[in-house]
Amino acid sequence: MSHLCIDKVVVRFGGIVALDGVSFEVPEGEIVGLIGPNGAGKTTLFNCLSRLYQVHGGDITYNGRSILSLPPHRMTEIGIGRTFQNLALFHNMTVRDNILAGGHPASRGGFIGNALRLPGSRREERRLHEKADRLMEELDLTAVANEGVGELPFGTRKRLEIARALMSDPKLLLLDEPAGGLNHDEVDELAERIHGLRDERALTVLLVEHHMGLVMRVSDRVVVLSFGRKLAEGTPDEIRQHPEVIEAYLGKAG
Amino acid sequence: MTATTKPWKRYLLHLRSAVPALCLLAALIAPFVLEGFTLYQLTKVAVYAMAILGLNLLTGYNGQFSLGHSAFYAVGAYVTAILMTTSGFTPYLAIPIAGLAAGLAGYLFGLPALRLEPLYLALATFGLAVATPQLLKSSHLEDLTGGVQGISLTRPEAPFGLPLNSDQWWYLVSLAVLVCMLWLARNLIDSRSGRAMIAIRDNPIAAAAGGIDVAGYKTATFAVSALLTGIAGGLSAVVVELVAPDSFTFNLAILFLIGSVVGGVASISGAVFGGAFVLFVPNLSEDVSKGLAGAVYGVFIIGVIFFMPQGLAGFAQKLKARLEK
Ligand SMILES: Nc1ncnc2c1ncn2[C@@H]1O[C@H](COP(=O)(O)OP(=O)(O)OP(=O)(O)O)[C@@H](O)[C@H]1O
Ligand SMILES: [Mg+2]
Repeated sequence: MSHLCIDKVVVRFGGIVALDGVSFEVPEGEIVGLIGPNGAGKTTLFNCLSRLYQVHGGDITYNGRSILSLPPHRMTEIGIGRTFQNLALFHNMTVRDNILAGGHPASRGGFIGNALRLPGSRREERRLHEKADRLMEELDLTAVANEGVGELPFGTRKRLEIARALMSDPKLLLLDEPAGGLNHDEVDELAERIHGLRDERALTVLLVEHHMGLVMRVSDRVVVLSFGRKLAEGTPDEIRQHPEVIEAYLGKAG
Repeated sequence: MTATTKPWKRYLLHLRSAVPALCLLAALIAPFVLEGFTLYQLTKVAVYAMAILGLNLLTGYNGQFSLGHSAFYAVGAYVTAILMTTSGFTPYLAIPIAGLAAGLAGYLFGLPALRLEPLYLALATFGLAVATPQLLKSSHLEDLTGGVQGISLTRPEAPFGLPLNSDQWWYLVSLAVLVCMLWLARNLIDSRSGRAMIAIRDNPIAAAAGGIDVAGYKTATFAVSALLTGIAGGLSAVVVELVAPDSFTFNLAILFLIGSVVGGVASISGAVFGGAFVLFVPNLSEDVSKGLAGAVYGVFIIGVIFFMPQGLAGFAQKLKARLEK
């Protein structure tokens, strides 16, 4: 099950109201696009969903339960995984270790068992490695598995973030500008990948993106934010024709 | 490696994989060919290496700074000495208990330390290091700690009628403990727990968002780090047969820090390099110039940091990698 409900969420930073009573839902199995001009509050909303930012009003529920009392590290456990707009990789680890670290919530081993290499820990480690190998295969990362992340091309690092997030077996995946910095072919590939995630892994996706082509192509529904408020919500076609959206957002892009 | 690898290179490559085994072999032969004082020094290298290993786990792998590990070393040493002298414990029991006591102290210190930014954590641990010798001397604790005099104890001889003198025996015990610790630490770092520790060091926000309990791991790492350092302290009490407040000053914390950085802070084997460095290089500096020993030591440290930014262990790693190319 995966049902996210954002209910009149308010977030303030000093005088700035970054989110001003935003409400929408992300039902199971949908790909919801979240768009809006720079500073609209998209990443802020993601950070609320990761419990990294405090919410000053409203509520966020996942499968009927409020998440606002949970610490950030519990979010993967209840099934919400994410990637970061500005990449937040573990920069001194190899690609493989970054992905393995993503498997943390899907494994249990503690200090003592791991230090002693007890059979249970070894088995779990093997399982994590197999899973990481499969994900690297799936996301074209096998060739760079043992490389540090520092010198990888931007597109590769973006894929690595997705692989790391998938290691925890999320049911809802939050993607913050996954197409940022990608070339044309890579964006096409990404579009297919997002569909693949939904169809093959039964994932629900909330996608923040400036790349209109991508959003309109993959989303079932699109939510538009502007200055912390929801401006519109609808199918890609409805959004494309929405006068206020065209004015506030699409208009300036031509 | 290709078929065209030169014979001498292939030979070196074989040798390279045998290096740890050869080192261990040499370490096992050492007590039977080296005499008293040198052996005593090697014992101290092993003990320092344990303390530095504790610091490496905390700083190198988890990104938490400590200028106060002398305090956990002191807890280990004093608990061992007190248990042995007042309650008649054998060191084989006293040292593990002392390690746990130090681990607990580390855990308790780690809790408030969670909220501190690196620089402030460094300062707070510095405070701990400065306060420790004073506390040990304090008249309120004198009955327990022996005040300024400290506590002297006698180390037991080798058990089971083994044909070893006590220097040889305690050297071998220290070596065994160190080897165990290195093995455990290696396993830990290569596991889920170690990846969580490193992830927190590299990017705490991404770690938390990735399901890692940052606060839990940081305090647990603090505890483990203090545990290793406490066991080192306990062994040192037995080896030196004396604990006194002035052996646990801020200087000792700095000694560990130097060992950690010079050996390679995010490295397991670096702890051994570091232990050897802090024990032997000051003497070496004195041999170079009696009057300027401090300056020479300083130059050694700067040299290592400058030319081997990953420490001695990192340098060894690089040599190995070059050989493998
Ligand atoms: N940690 C913070 N402290 C202060 N202000 C913040 C913080 N995070 C976001 N803001 C402010 O909140 C507003 C919304 O920012 P946010 O990053 O959510 O926008 P966004 O929609 O993701 O924009 P972009 O498309 O550029 O990524 C902005 O005015 C921003 O300056
Ligand atoms: Mg953003």
